Amino acid sequence: MLEVRHIFKTYEGKPLLENISFNVGAGETVCLLGESGSGKSTLLRIIAGLEAPESGQILWDGVDLAATPAHLRDFGLVFQDYALFPHLDVHENVAFGLKMRGTPREEIDRRVANSLELVNLSGFESRQVTDLSGGEQQRVALARALAPRPRLLMFDEPLGALDRVLREDLLDELRAILHRTEIPSIYVTHDQEEAFAIADRILILHDGGIVREGAPADVWADPGSAWVAGFLGVGNVMRGEVRGRTKNGEWKVESGFGAFVVDCGHAHSPGDKVHFLARPLPDGAEADTNLLQGVVRDVIFQRDQFKVRLEDGLYLYLDEAPKVGERITARVKVECLG
Amino acid sequence: MNQTMNPGDTQARRSFDFSVFSGPLWQKRVLLWLLPLAFLILFFFYPLSRILALSLDASALTAGNLRIAYSALRFTFYQAALSTLLTLLLGLPAAYLFARYEFRGKSLLRALTAVPFMLPTVVVAAGFNALLGPRGLVQNLLPSFSFEFVGTLWAILIAHVFYNTTIIIRVVGNALSSIDPKLEQAARSLGADPRRVWWHVTLPLLRPALLAASLLVFLFDFTSFGVILLLGGPQFATLEVEIYLRVLRLPDLPLAALLSVIQLVCTLVFSVLYTRILARTTVQTAPRAAETNLRRPKSIRDKLLVTSFVFLLSSFFLLPLSALPFRSLFRLEADRGQRDAVQYGFTTEYDQELFVNRRGSVFYVPPVQAALNSLGYAGGTVVLSLLLGFPAAVALARPTRVDKVLDPLVMLPLGSSAVMLGLGFILSYGAWLTSPLLVPFAHTLVALPFVIRTLQPAIASIPNRLHQAASVLGASPLRIWRTIDWPILRRSTLAAATFAFTISLGEFGATLLISRPDYPTIPVAIARFLSQPGGLNYGQAMAMATILMLLTTASILLIEKFRPPGTGEF
Repeated sequence: MLEVRHIFKTYEGKPLLENISFNVGAGETVCLLGESGSGKSTLLRIIAGLEAPESGQILWDGVDLAATPAHLRDFGLVFQDYALFPHLDVHENVAFGLKMRGTPREEIDRRVANSLELVNLSGFESRQVTDLSGGEQQRVALARALAPRPRLLMFDEPLGALDRVLREDLLDELRAILHRTEIPSIYVTHDQEEAFAIADRILILHDGGIVREGAPADVWADPGSAWVAGFLGVGNVMRGEVRGRTKNGEWKVESGFGAFVVDCGHAHSPGDKVHFLARPLPDGAEADTNLLQGVVRDVIFQRDQFKVRLEDGLYLYLDEAPKVGERITARVKVECLG
Repeated sequence: MNQTMNPGDTQARRSFDFSVFSGPLWQKRVLLWLLPLAFLILFFFYPLSRILALSLDASALTAGNLRIAYSALRFTFYQAALSTLLTLLLGLPAAYLFARYEFRGKSLLRALTAVPFMLPTVVVAAGFNALLGPRGLVQNLLPSFSFEFVGTLWAILIAHVFYNTTIIIRVVGNALSSIDPKLEQAARSLGADPRRVWWHVTLPLLRPALLAASLLVFLFDFTSFGVILLLGGPQFATLEVEIYLRVLRLPDLPLAALLSVIQLVCTLVFSVLYTRILARTTVQTAPRAAETNLRRPKSIRDKLLVTSFVFLLSSFFLLPLSALPFRSLFRLEADRGQRDAVQYGFTTEYDQELFVNRRGSVFYVPPVQAALNSLGYAGGTVVLSLLLGFPAAVALARPTRVDKVLDPLVMLPLGSSAVMLGLGFILSYGAWLTSPLLVPFAHTLVALPFVIRTLQPAIASIPNRLHQAASVLGASPLRIWRTIDWPILRRSTLAAATFAFTISLGEFGATLLISRPDYPTIPVAIARFLSQPGGLNYGQAMAMATILMLLTTASILLIEKFRPPGTGEF
């Protein structure tokens, strides 16, 4: 299927993408997750053929696409601000790709109707795209990309302009559609919730490279680096100093929030500064020896729990709200990030 | 603006006027409108009514007159349509170049293409004459390369292209660069090759802007006068030229009035169409992307195309403008009646000659007197148009319902041609034509809409809260005007004054009809010099046109400097 090999690209003289390689398999949804400016949209455009890399290759089924211009690649693209043609109505927008391929009229009508049905917009054919709501416009954009049945679908922050509730609904629908059509897809976003919800596999882009790759559950369970853990909001990344080893071969680590015992495969020596991750444990969880202590500075209500800010900007998620100024102790699971 | 945030402010805004005019609302309005309206009634609407009355006279509506009018109308349409087409031919690729490519000297080239638009018609006519005319640079330096230019339809068409290409570049170019590049990318990803992206996406999106720009160009070509008379000659009888002929050369005022009315109706129809289309263009602008689709030419083909087109554009716009000063400083032919060997080469004689009153010259006064006349008229126009424009702009800055009705009336002189204004003056105030005082009044009529449109946004931009704050802090109305309004308005007032000055300096059509032979202005003098034989006359025309060009260019730069940003697009 799609193979991205050693892509390099600079932007205004600074390296933007450095040696990016990954694959997208049949029916797979790969999510490129990264901060804004990390080059993920540029990478999409390179794959689409709208921009050229400085070096590297894009291959489809082993064939290099360097000489194939964008309009012959047969890759669908969905933009954040939809990019619907304002001078065409819904039917004409969705039919555009089919028309470019010289599809016969009746076939176009049939496939437009199909695509609109897929995105729950049946009967919208003759509406003006400028009269539609944001969510409806994004559905039309999706239908337009789906109609020619591209061999790959690419989404560039497709839900970024929508409000939260609408975004969650559309995300579920999009997931269902991608699974039903089995079109392989690349989904670019900076929103980790979106990424975890839709991806079969996540690639995290940072500083021009892919810093972590894996299934959503694996990435969440093992962020692999302090940056990824912080970016994903997995837990609390803290700095500490290695003090020695326990009899079981675990490391003793000292931090401003207490002393912890960490089980990890890294080779440390006493005096090393390390990053580690403290995940708050729910009350009923099995006993753990690690206790985190701190003074509460602020309590923020979040739908199902309380986000508690301690001194030094450390966050904890608790089921019950402590008082500001209170000194609390929480049981945490501690993982070493090296 | 942000002052609407405060609900209590709206009432205050409605009752605001410049603090110097204090008193109840209706009294203030009467005061503000008294002078501008009186002026317009006396010098625009009354003359207009005289033209209308005369055109309905039995002596105007004869079969012969209608035939002349029909053929003039047909030719006017023909040359305007042809000019518009040619302007599009050059303007569209130029618009694409400016909207899509990044290259060295781009802003300079853009400024260069905009220069002709503000230049007086006589300067442009003289420029093309200096370059391609029978006594021009090309034919003088390359004697074997002889061709007809002045006196042909091509001269008219090319000068029109020279004038109006900037409209296409600005209007279509702006529309082109405001199209979200993602639309074209989406089309590409849906399987459209670059040609089909252009046909199915870009061009349809450009259509309103393209229509608006073409119509505007057509309107300017339709009402063109100086260029046609000076480069084509009287045999190219457009409505404008025919009116001029029927006033000065073969006097038939009823026919001139009939032609004027036809001209006025046509321009009104086009103007209404233009505003309609313009309203549609502004509605269609989708949320704009921060991303641009500007690129540097990369492939060899791209580079070659861009370079050669940039070269073509810059020579087309630079050559006539530079031929003018060159031709005014270099002797290329014998003076009239000169027997001895001609000294070719550099000379300042043409410029010196401007100060000499020769017997048998075209005028009774030295040509430099024309320049003094022009400056005098321009000064009068500045004073008059500011005097009338300021109160009108104050009223229109925060308009009541009455002001909104009056607004198009004030702008109406824009839609009527200069020659027609001249005819109106002759019909209404023929007895006073011996006085040179009428000329600044005619110029003010042309300049007033520009002055008002320059001042109005500046006045509207002063939030009323400033006056209230100053007043609460103890400033008298006069102090408020001096310490708050004037410092803010000074720049715009300067820009408006320069506008009036420039318009008066270059005005040709109306002046030609109403100026006395012994009080010529610079443009009138140039036109007369150009029509005389002999190297000296020609050189003097070039010298005067050069001076006028430099004055105008300096004024344009001044206006650009003082005009608040974001105003004054078409």
